[in-house]
Amino acid sequence: MLEIKNLHATVGGKEILKGVNLTIKDGEIHALMGTNGAGKSTLGNVIVGNPAYEVTEGCITFNEQNLLEMKTEERARAGIFLSFQQPTEIPGVSMTNFMRAAVNARREYLGKEPLKSTDFLKIMREKRKLVEIDQKLMNRSVNEGFSGGERKRNEIFQMAMLEPTFCILDETDSGLDVDALRIVAEGFNKLRTPETSAIVITHYQRLLDYITPDFVHVLIDGRIVKTGDASLAQKIEDNGFDWIKEELA
Amino acid sequence: MTSEQQYIELYNEASEVIKAKSCPVMNAVRDEAFATFRSKGFPTKKVERYKYTDVPSAFAPNYGISLSPITVKASPYIYNIKEAPIDVTPYYNNVADKEDAITALNTALVHDALLIYVPKNERVEAPIVVDNWLRGNAATMMNRRMLAILEQGAEATVIINDHAADKQQFLTTQVMEIVCHDNSRLDIYEIEETTPLCSHFSNVYIREGRDCSVKHNNITLFNGMTRNLCDVYLTGENAEITLNGCAIGSGNQHIDNNTLIHHQVPNCHSTELYKYVVDDNSVGAFAGKILVDKDAQHTTSQETNANLCASSNARMFTQPMLEIYADDVKCAHGSTVGVMDETALFYMRQRGISEDEARTLLKNAFMGQVIDQIKYEPLRQKLYVKVEKRFRGELDKCEDCRLCK
Amino acid sequence: MSESNEFVKKVAEKKYEFGFTTDVQTEIIDKGLNEDVIRLISKKKDEPEWLLQFRLDAYNYWLTQKQPTWGHVHLPEIDYQEISYYADPTVGKDKGPKTVDDIDPELMKTFDKLGIPLEERLALSGTAVDAVMDSVSVKTTFKEKLSEKGIIFCSISEAVREYPDLVRQYLGSVVPPKDNYFAALNSAVFSDGSFVYIPKNTRCPMELSTYFRINARNTGQFERTLIVCDAGSYVSYLEGCTAPMRDEKQLHAAIVEIVVMDNSEVKYSTVQNWYPGDAEGRGGVLNLVTKRGDLRGANSKLSWTQVETGSAITWKYPSCVLRGDNSQAEFYSVAVTNNHQEADTGTKMIHIGKNTRSTIISKGISAGMSQNSYRGLVRVAKSADGARNYSSCDSLLLGSECGAHTFPYMDIHNNTATVEHEATTSKINEEQLLYCNQRGISTEEAVGLIVNGYAKDVINKLPMEFAVEAQKLLSVSLEGTVG
Repeated sequence: MLEIKNLHATVGGKEILKGVNLTIKDGEIHALMGTNGAGKSTLGNVIVGNPAYEVTEGCITFNEQNLLEMKTEERARAGIFLSFQQPTEIPGVSMTNFMRAAVNARREYLGKEPLKSTDFLKIMREKRKLVEIDQKLMNRSVNEGFSGGERKRNEIFQMAMLEPTFCILDETDSGLDVDALRIVAEGFNKLRTPETSAIVITHYQRLLDYITPDFVHVLIDGRIVKTGDASLAQKIEDNGFDWIKEELA
Repeated sequence: MTSEQQYIELYNEASEVIKAKSCPVMNAVRDEAFATFRSKGFPTKKVERYKYTDVPSAFAPNYGISLSPITVKASPYIYNIKEAPIDVTPYYNNVADKEDAITALNTALVHDALLIYVPKNERVEAPIVVDNWLRGNAATMMNRRMLAILEQGAEATVIINDHAADKQQFLTTQVMEIVCHDNSRLDIYEIEETTPLCSHFSNVYIREGRDCSVKHNNITLFNGMTRNLCDVYLTGENAEITLNGCAIGSGNQHIDNNTLIHHQVPNCHSTELYKYVVDDNSVGAFAGKILVDKDAQHTTSQETNANLCASSNARMFTQPMLEIYADDVKCAHGSTVGVMDETALFYMRQRGISEDEARTLLKNAFMGQVIDQIKYEPLRQKLYVKVEKRFRGELDKCEDCRLCK
Repeated sequence: MSESNEFVKKVAEKKYEFGFTTDVQTEIIDKGLNEDVIRLISKKKDEPEWLLQFRLDAYNYWLTQKQPTWGHVHLPEIDYQEISYYADPTVGKDKGPKTVDDIDPELMKTFDKLGIPLEERLALSGTAVDAVMDSVSVKTTFKEKLSEKGIIFCSISEAVREYPDLVRQYLGSVVPPKDNYFAALNSAVFSDGSFVYIPKNTRCPMELSTYFRINARNTGQFERTLIVCDAGSYVSYLEGCTAPMRDEKQLHAAIVEIVVMDNSEVKYSTVQNWYPGDAEGRGGVLNLVTKRGDLRGANSKLSWTQVETGSAITWKYPSCVLRGDNSQAEFYSVAVTNNHQEADTGTKMIHIGKNTRSTIISKGISAGMSQNSYRGLVRVAKSADGARNYSSCDSLLLGSECGAHTFPYMDIHNNTATVEHEATTSKINEEQLLYCNQRGISTEEAVGLIVNGYAKDVINKLPMEFAVEAQKLLSVSLEGTVG
């Protein structure tokens, strides 16, 4: 599904990714762990095409398409979804209008007719229940006045609406209490199809208790330095990253 | 020949005709107003309140003057000034700034006037609607005059629509005098939806007594060259004024709003919110002054002006001013000229929304904050739609014109 | 009310502690302004022909202009023929004094009294001083030490003699003689002032400081300062001013020009304490000044910090032309007006280069019957992609007879610029006053504390010695304003 080769990327002239290689097949869940500033969020942002990041070397293909030649919105319509670490507020743009524009753009890409208003609202209602998000929030502007937990739920709600094939969860667990974490993670699991792949960026084992990864990668200083199975995450939870650094040295 | 000259000649030739078509209350001040205009001439850009609009050039072309009478449909509260139910002498040309050259020119040339009169304690539910249609088959100058008087405890909503029915050069001068007696409430909306061939000079003067509440909304959806002046005099305690403005410029449009809120007595409150989106080669200008007299203690005032420059050739001038002579006040103003929120743009694009669409949504949201303030629900809903259409480029003529070809 | 007014009056009279005059033999040329006077000034200073021509051109332009009437001040019609344009307290010495021993002891005493010792051994640590009284520089300290690094710090008259090429290259290049009415007047008759040149890649090891003093009666002061900071260098410059108490208005029309080259930085700080006039508004200095910095180089930085407490009328807008890409400019100002003082002050930030940034922080404090206005312009030219400005202008009102005004102008010609302006006007916070009172602090002292807190953002930008002086000045200027 997704293939990253020798990816180098900079932000504000500073090199953050220094040669990342990663292959993700259909249906696989990859956990990405690593110290702060190692480049985990950068990788997520580069995959979705955040204009603030510049790719200086390497390539990314997504279902045989050269992702780096596609605009942010084209990548999104092709099925790539990023659950933001800090979802932004967009005052004055209502959740409903925003979601309608996004859903219809995705449908157009898939060769489907735009949704009728009544159908759209019906789907909104159904998907909302999945992440137990309040109708009141839907009447507000995008993320405006949402609590941290509400924003994260809103991200998963949007994922439900857009039905992406490839998801990046960027520290979706941070700032969530135990119940909210369970709702968000279970929501994600319900949305998964056998083909859905994902990168799960996290510092903690607790999210991975719900979403079992097929692979765990450790990113340090812009490179993937270690890859293992689910047990690697537990080992990091218990022992931190120092032992990996020592292995490298 | 200077720009003034043709108007001076016009007056010398046509004043008798104008007087004959007009009425005593208007004729009583006409010659004096003309004398003021002749001595002052048009303000140049060196005059502080006119620094962003080239008035002499706007008045330079040779316009024919329209002397067609105002038609008033049988409708309560609206009158032709000739049929005024009260003596309007104490009001006519007594609220306006007589020294303003454009007001003086209007007073000299205007032949007919509209009166809105709401008697004591009368609460008018349905909005009073004034439709101005610019019609003509040659370049035409229109001089419009309106007087609105709300007696004690009266309440009303007034909607004024400006349309151009013909694709023709029009030059409009408009003077509106609004007098709100104690404890009255007025919501007034001016919506301009004309063509790039129209030049529009509007001077609005509002005088409020004790416990009044007035909201003035100025919405420039589509225009040519517009200059709006709005002066508010708070003369009774506990009066409130809200000035809201929405200005959308594209092409070579020019939108200049100049406001003054004069707190003359204690305990009044003023709020001002003006927003601009300027695109293409358009020019936006906003100057707003809050003037607080020495005795106007406990004044509170908040003035906000926010602007988006949407193209590299668009220009925005902004000048929020505070002039304060009382010490126990809370006054603030904020003014921004900015670019669109890149984070929000990226967020929307990550959800598959095209960049153009995302920009339109953001512009719409930006202006929505002014439209949100509109109390009259049907108008608010209509304007949400119109503003969005405007940003999508689907509102390139005055679309309500049944007369528009 | 009358009681507190009485008190205000006393305070104002009492507290201008620099209001003494110096009895020193001073050569003053006859009153009046004409070409002969200009030739005389030029001759006294032994100036080259080009500079005389510069003066005469400026004078002839000035003759065609009228005294400006804009600004929220009541500038009187000045009788330019009733002013003497040159006063020399160092008369009898050839071409300015060379050593401390050559200086009239009265002059030494004056500067000592002002806290400006001219003997290097007594100087504040690490500050070199150029002391200017009336039209002439009295003494510049630490010149030799600075010259070791190639830094030139001397009076502008001396610079004209010793470094004519440098002066000719830069003089009038930032503020052209035709810039405005008072700039033209200054260019015609300027007397003394300081000249600073920092060579490439040099960090000036000490603060440079000029101290201006008006002493003689019926004279105008027209000083001229020129600072050139070459590529990769740094200098911090301080300016202080006082004048004796006199019943008539004194004219002060100065020009400061600053040139900042690539990767260099200049900090310019002013504590302006010209005589403000008495409580009835008699006398005081008319402070009509043109100050401008040209950020010619990429990545250059200029910061203006001013504490304005003196002068009857202040009309001054220290400005920045952000020409170099990525250049950065700052303007920090505290302006205090009391009694009948009027201040119309602010800045202009002209963004021309790409990614240029400017910050404006202005704090106005009005008391008595004074009028205090902020006037500022932020212009973003079409070329200034990515320009940013943030302006914040706050006004504090102490008393019901004064006025506080804000007149910002923003002209934006670029769609990638971000410009933000905010302003507030309010009275002193009564809860804060009560809180202080409850802790046993007198109202007067509390006002001083609160005002200093209010002005802290600006005061903090001043070099240490100046900051202490400025804090004292703020409290003194406002004593007796809350009754």
